Amino acid sequence: MKAFDLIVVGAGIVGAACAAAAAHEGLTVAVVEPGPVGGGSTAAAMGHLVAMDDDPAELALSAYSLRLWERYAMLPEIEFSRCGTLWVARDERELAAVPARIARLAGAGLRAERVDARQLYELEPQLAPGLAGGMRVPDEAVVYPPRMARHLLDQAGAAGAQAWLGRRVVELLEHGVRLDDGTRLAGPVLVATGVALPQLLPELPLYPRKGQLAITDRYPGLIRHQLLELGYADSAHGDAERSVAFNVQPRPTGQILVGSSRESGVADREVSLPLLWQMLQRTFAFLPILRGLQGIRIWTGLRPATPDGRPYLGPLPGRRDVWVAAGHEGLGVTTALGSARLIVDGLLGRVPAIDPAPYLPARMLGGAAA
Amino acid sequence: MSGTLRLEVNGQPVDVPDGASAAAAVAVLGVPFRRSCGGQPRAPLCGMGVCFECRVRIDGVAQLRACMTPARAGMRVSTDD
Amino acid sequence: MTEPVRRYDVLVVGAGPAGLAAARAAASHGARVGLVDAQPRAGGQVWRHDVRRGMPAMARRAFAALAAPGVDWLPGTQAVLAQPGWLLADGPRGALQLHYRALVLATGARELLLPFPGWTLPGVTGAGGAQALAKQGWPLRGKRVLVAGSGPLLLAAAATLRAHGAQLLGIHEQAPLHALRDFALRLPRWPGKALQALALRTRLAGVAYRAGSVVVAAHGDDVLREVEIDGPRGRARLACDQLAVGYGLVPDTGLAELLGCRLEAAGRHRRVAADALLRTSVDGVFAAGEALGIGGRDCARIEGAMAGHVAAGAEAPARALSARRRHARAFAGLLHETFALDPRIHALARPGTLVCRCEDVPLGALADLPDARDAKLASRCGMGACQGRICGTALAELGVCRPEASSDGGRRPPLFPVRLAALAESFTHDPQEKRP
Repeated sequence: MKAFDLIVVGAGIVGAACAAAAAHEGLTVAVVEPGPVGGGSTAAAMGHLVAMDDDPAELALSAYSLRLWERYAMLPEIEFSRCGTLWVARDERELAAVPARIARLAGAGLRAERVDARQLYELEPQLAPGLAGGMRVPDEAVVYPPRMARHLLDQAGAAGAQAWLGRRVVELLEHGVRLDDGTRLAGPVLVATGVALPQLLPELPLYPRKGQLAITDRYPGLIRHQLLELGYADSAHGDAERSVAFNVQPRPTGQILVGSSRESGVADREVSLPLLWQMLQRTFAFLPILRGLQGIRIWTGLRPATPDGRPYLGPLPGRRDVWVAAGHEGLGVTTALGSARLIVDGLLGRVPAIDPAPYLPARMLGGAAA
Repeated sequence: MSGTLRLEVNGQPVDVPDGASAAAAVAVLGVPFRRSCGGQPRAPLCGMGVCFECRVRIDGVAQLRACMTPARAGMRVSTDD
Repeated sequence: MTEPVRRYDVLVVGAGPAGLAAARAAASHGARVGLVDAQPRAGGQVWRHDVRRGMPAMARRAFAALAAPGVDWLPGTQAVLAQPGWLLADGPRGALQLHYRALVLATGARELLLPFPGWTLPGVTGAGGAQALAKQGWPLRGKRVLVAGSGPLLLAAAATLRAHGAQLLGIHEQAPLHALRDFALRLPRWPGKALQALALRTRLAGVAYRAGSVVVAAHGDDVLREVEIDGPRGRARLACDQLAVGYGLVPDTGLAELLGCRLEAAGRHRRVAADALLRTSVDGVFAAGEALGIGGRDCARIEGAMAGHVAAGAEAPARALSARRRHARAFAGLLHETFALDPRIHALARPGTLVCRCEDVPLGALADLPDARDAKLASRCGMGACQGRICGTALAELGVCRPEASSDGGRRPPLFPVRLAALAESFTHDPQEKRP
């Protein structure tokens, strides 16, 4: 039986980042992935690198990760495009919340600026009339996530990691895993299987939050920023079973990626037409010009959501040598690199750059298992 | 099947037979229909709405298939998208 | 006011020979029939309206279906999404909800277009593609045109091109001479086909027809200038204004896939699976014509009528057509044998030859990628506006990144690119846009 310092289960962007970080530290790493590399939630994601500030822990991890992303900004294949994020205020009430958000982002070392109505239309002339202004976060970017997952896996491979592609982990053993072809690998295990986490670790609560996206043909220059409504946090993180929010992205190809929606407790991948109607109506209210554009593809994806909205990063109490990096919901692309550093620092017994406590899986297991 | 109609391609008048497609009008002018994402000139391949190589701007709407669009008198077609 | 929500007993998708026959057969039983086609006129590819010659005489009777009582004819209307019991379609009347009790897929075929060096140059089209363009007024007078590829479509295309004033440089059929001779000997079993072939040859008198001859490259700077041929007499380069090259037809199974109908292998491609009464694996969904495997126009007409009868609940008249269907299908088998592709054709594309024309992805970028979804994620191959139709079909033929091995099954709506506004149409009477 082959022995490793770390067996990473799952080569989505989070697993691939963990494998790359661990291999870079000199650990002997195995990666097991049954499907395409970055083929799950990673492939379905928008690829927006964004700091969300509604939860201090989420903000800390996002800000940390965004700094780590900078070293990949020149990598052509990941299509890194620093379009910035423009948060749009519908009215004075939403605009009034901007200074507090700017202060929170500044506290995490992120630059943001208030934008009045005149500036808003200079930045994005296609926005519907009557909007109040907004907040611009100029350094944020968009990337193409599946290529980043592949790049990270290649990096891991270059540092000596071995990949079992097309193989599935069917069982966690004492100190190792068994694959679907009977192969056994020995060593500490990191489960980074996203929405599939409950298959291996049923004790950790994790549920799918379905999203739908549509992408258009190429219309270069039509919009310039990733555009979101300032009310996004209300709609995206509310408790409603189904919600939509204005969230539109210019791809470096000139295509326009249109989101977003959230549906809880739905595990199928079928397109929900009523939700698509709502999502697009919401979009047209902000960007009426999109009505006439050709949509070339619609797809759905499942975000791996946890009850408190924070990912699981760290050792799993009650199991020997089992670690978890999963449950990033909609922020897995943004926070993959920071998540990987937290995991590797934990494995090596180092003091991490940010406080790891908010993300420890132990928080969900109460007193009993810990 | 005798008449012709006049439309505009890249600002120039072009005559095509009644029943012709917008693609025929672009071909009369002899310019590429579009540039590929790598910058290559392209023109229709399939002629039946499948390949999307004939995408042009028609009456202000970009990325429409010229081969699927019947030419109409006064229609404005442009290939510079 | 046109009604955006329409309800039919039988909805027929595709108004070629199969779809027209299906609509007429279904309507003959009193069914309320909807007939849609993405093209602005009926006829499909084989009976496409010609700006010079109008409608083919043979099609006139079939076109009567468009005006038959109970038939709602919706030209220029593209089905884009499948929902239980209805299709979302978009067209000149805006977005439509087309509800049905029974659905007939008469979606026809697409041309098999294969990559070779220079195939992206303006001036290179499919063979059927050139024919379709010519019929829609594409200027050909005095143009030097070479027709190449494989199959009986080459003759039909050449005849149309010549009628539109093209100067034909020759017809280059990849199949070897002995295969064509065997074919000719067996043709009398289908007298109609033999007459058709004879008529075409007569109209093409004086045009060279070369067997065992393959276009290996197209040359030019910004447009096609020369075609390079590899034939029994060796290699040659010919100055040329237009190259019409197609390798036959493949079933259009897109809508069937979106509906979840079972497909089955048809050579290197796939066709819709159906039983003897043309029922697909999905309840209430029938298929006819080329979607069931390339069988030609006569076969499509028979199957269209069968599917129309069964979809309207009349099995007896469908069964009565079964023998004619078998005879017509046997001809298709002969075609496949005769025009089987020479392995040379599968080797024409080089690592630097683009396979995905939407995203400019070369064949070499797909090395070691196991399936079409891997290829898409890693290289963008198939991500463009044609939604992988051209490259996916070509790669299936070449045996690279086969779509049926794809982990997403290739099912991603919409069926064709569509205005976002059509996808946002909720068909209620609420105000469309509220202030944000």
